[in-house]
Amino acid sequence: MSATFVGMPAFPSAARTALGNTQLRHNLAHATGVIRAKRAAVVGEVENWEELRLAGAAVKERALRSLDAHLVQLEESLTARGAVVHWARDAAEANRIVVDLARAREIDEVVKVKSMVTQEIGLNEALEASGIAAWETDLAELIVQLGGDLPSHILVPAIHRNRAEIREIFTRRMGEVGRPAPDDLTDEPAVLAGAAREHLREKFLRARMAVSGANFAVADSGTLVVVESEGNGRMCLTLPEVLVSIVGIEKVVPTWAELDPLLRLLPRSSTGERMNPYTSTWTGVVPDDGPQEVHVVLLDNGRTRALGDPTGRQALRCIRCSACLNVCPVYERTGGHAYGSVYPGPIGAILNPLLRGTGDPQTDSLPYASTLCGACFEACPVRIDIPEVLVHLRAEVVDAHRADRLPKPEALAFRGAAWAFGHAQRLDRTEWLSSLAGRLLRRRGRTSLGRLPGPGAAWTDARDLPAPPTETFRAWWRRTDGGERP
Amino acid sequence: MRVALMVTCVNDAMFPGTGQAVVRLLRRLGVEVDFPAAQTCCGQPMVNTGYLDEAVPAVRSFVRAFEGYDAVVTPSGSCAGSARHQHRLVAQRSGDTGLVAAVAATSPRTYELSEFLIDVLGVSDVGAYFPHSVTYHPTCHSLRMLGVGDRPRRLLEQVRGLRLLDLPKAEECCGFGGTFALKNSDTSVAMGSDKARHVRETGAEVLVAGDNSCLMHIGGVLGRGRSGVRVLHLAEILASTEEQPA
Repeated sequence: MSATFVGMPAFPSAARTALGNTQLRHNLAHATGVIRAKRAAVVGEVENWEELRLAGAAVKERALRSLDAHLVQLEESLTARGAVVHWARDAAEANRIVVDLARAREIDEVVKVKSMVTQEIGLNEALEASGIAAWETDLAELIVQLGGDLPSHILVPAIHRNRAEIREIFTRRMGEVGRPAPDDLTDEPAVLAGAAREHLREKFLRARMAVSGANFAVADSGTLVVVESEGNGRMCLTLPEVLVSIVGIEKVVPTWAELDPLLRLLPRSSTGERMNPYTSTWTGVVPDDGPQEVHVVLLDNGRTRALGDPTGRQALRCIRCSACLNVCPVYERTGGHAYGSVYPGPIGAILNPLLRGTGDPQTDSLPYASTLCGACFEACPVRIDIPEVLVHLRAEVVDAHRADRLPKPEALAFRGAAWAFGHAQRLDRTEWLSSLAGRLLRRRGRTSLGRLPGPGAAWTDARDLPAPPTETFRAWWRRTDGGERP
Repeated sequence: MRVALMVTCVNDAMFPGTGQAVVRLLRRLGVEVDFPAAQTCCGQPMVNTGYLDEAVPAVRSFVRAFEGYDAVVTPSGSCAGSARHQHRLVAQRSGDTGLVAAVAATSPRTYELSEFLIDVLGVSDVGAYFPHSVTYHPTCHSLRMLGVGDRPRRLLEQVRGLRLLDLPKAEECCGFGGTFALKNSDTSVAMGSDKARHVRETGAEVLVAGDNSCLMHIGGVLGRGRSGVRVLHLAEILASTEEQPA
């Protein structure tokens, strides 16, 4: 029943489909506009925002530089406080650990805190395949799950849905998996949230096991941190007997002190709030209080690969705030599904190729899903230079095809350009052709080109293209001695 | 001061009027400007599509053409950004330490037109006359890569007869993005259509920007819609006078 991103087409074609969805376009333009304005207002209040960004980038950078040592320390601290630490190389290993933990305790349902990493590894699908139900308890994740849908945003995964659609999903689906929505359900946000609250309450009270991710993991104390807005996370983290947290290895910070800039940057950048509503921290097992069995799965799944890329490793600083998505003009129009991953938008365009490696057409299309306008870099609270990494990954995509026996037309075109731009005389000769075309066209009174055949159609299908001038600047300068002669 | 014009490949081949406007404008301000004939392209189309090796010949041509000048002026925010921020990357990739050194000398001396006028020449009133309503689109690379800020607006505000109208969502990308315009043409056009709509909302006769490539895209959308809005490079408005109007 749950959907996956497997087999998604490359970005340009997925984007074309999304652009044609008028409801999606309307929902996204409205929602990103609202979040953008909220973020701008609360960021504007902070006098030393740039210093704070620098501090945020620096603490994450330092943590990543000695990641190995911090991870070993984290394991020791967690173990000393009664937690069990598991290491997972990839998604399959992590999923098996969680499934085995549930099975050994004869558990057939888990409640979930909103977590990107469990979506990354497809945990819900793995649990489902083993007959274990995974209930999403974050409101937006619940909407996505009940709708048999895919998340399209890191922070607000149902951003592509409006309240009328949500009402319809709740009415149709809630009764099939638990407490039904009330008959008089309206599309008022408070009424919809109330229905979700009633629906989820019985799951919170019944479930024996919870699964979470973590926003941060403090190495020296062995503390995990989850930041959320609805209180559902706190219910999951405190009510069940067993708590399993899957944590990407890049989430480690050395001490509590590093949390200071990060917890100030995150809410303003993500939800546009001054302070995060529910910040839960827990350190191993506390006798007779909260879960009495605490497991932590430390997951690699490509992070070591990303760390080995000197330009790309800055992406591991990401604190999943989604500010880059909200300001991205491409994301605003295509939505998240077009990126074919749980990590959409500008950060997804670099994170997916960094974690998975380039080489398949869908992943290879992601670094090109950007105009390099730089709005993402400007908004990023930990100063990830996303345009720089995008260009770096484009080069990786191109370099992987350098040995192709049959080069792509684009590669041939750029080889031609390299030849022409190598010497001005060659360029001059090439430009002579365009001036000739310009003279012929303009003699017939044509100042712009109509629809071009072949690759030119990508431009002229929806845009005019000026006819070339009859004389290049270079030729004009030569003929008139830089305008000195008529 | 020895000043060179880097006209850019797009302006050379498609918009020679912009290069001519820069020459007229700088002469009027008492600056004798050279056009080193060895120049070709800054290499940005190759770099931004991932063809770094193919950008090396262009960067070599760039340093060969502009070595020894005190200032290189270009009517393009994005080409100035390429010279200032990407040439080092290309030179390092070539493994040629001589090229790395040459780039280190030319890169910081490359100025986008509004930077050169305001920061180097120290003028904001260039004596221009352009009796039309105008709206200004700050192109992404001039705004976020170079940080030209309000320099172009300060120049436009001093133009006699010109009425400057605020563009809604001005700082949002127009969707050109170099080869993005072709590789992701649907998304590019969707962004361009919104930009064109905002331009039309202002009621301005003319859309002005510091990059002809972005203007070719927005102008292409405006033109296909027969919207009756003219697009014009900043240099052409600043060069415009009563005797020689743009």
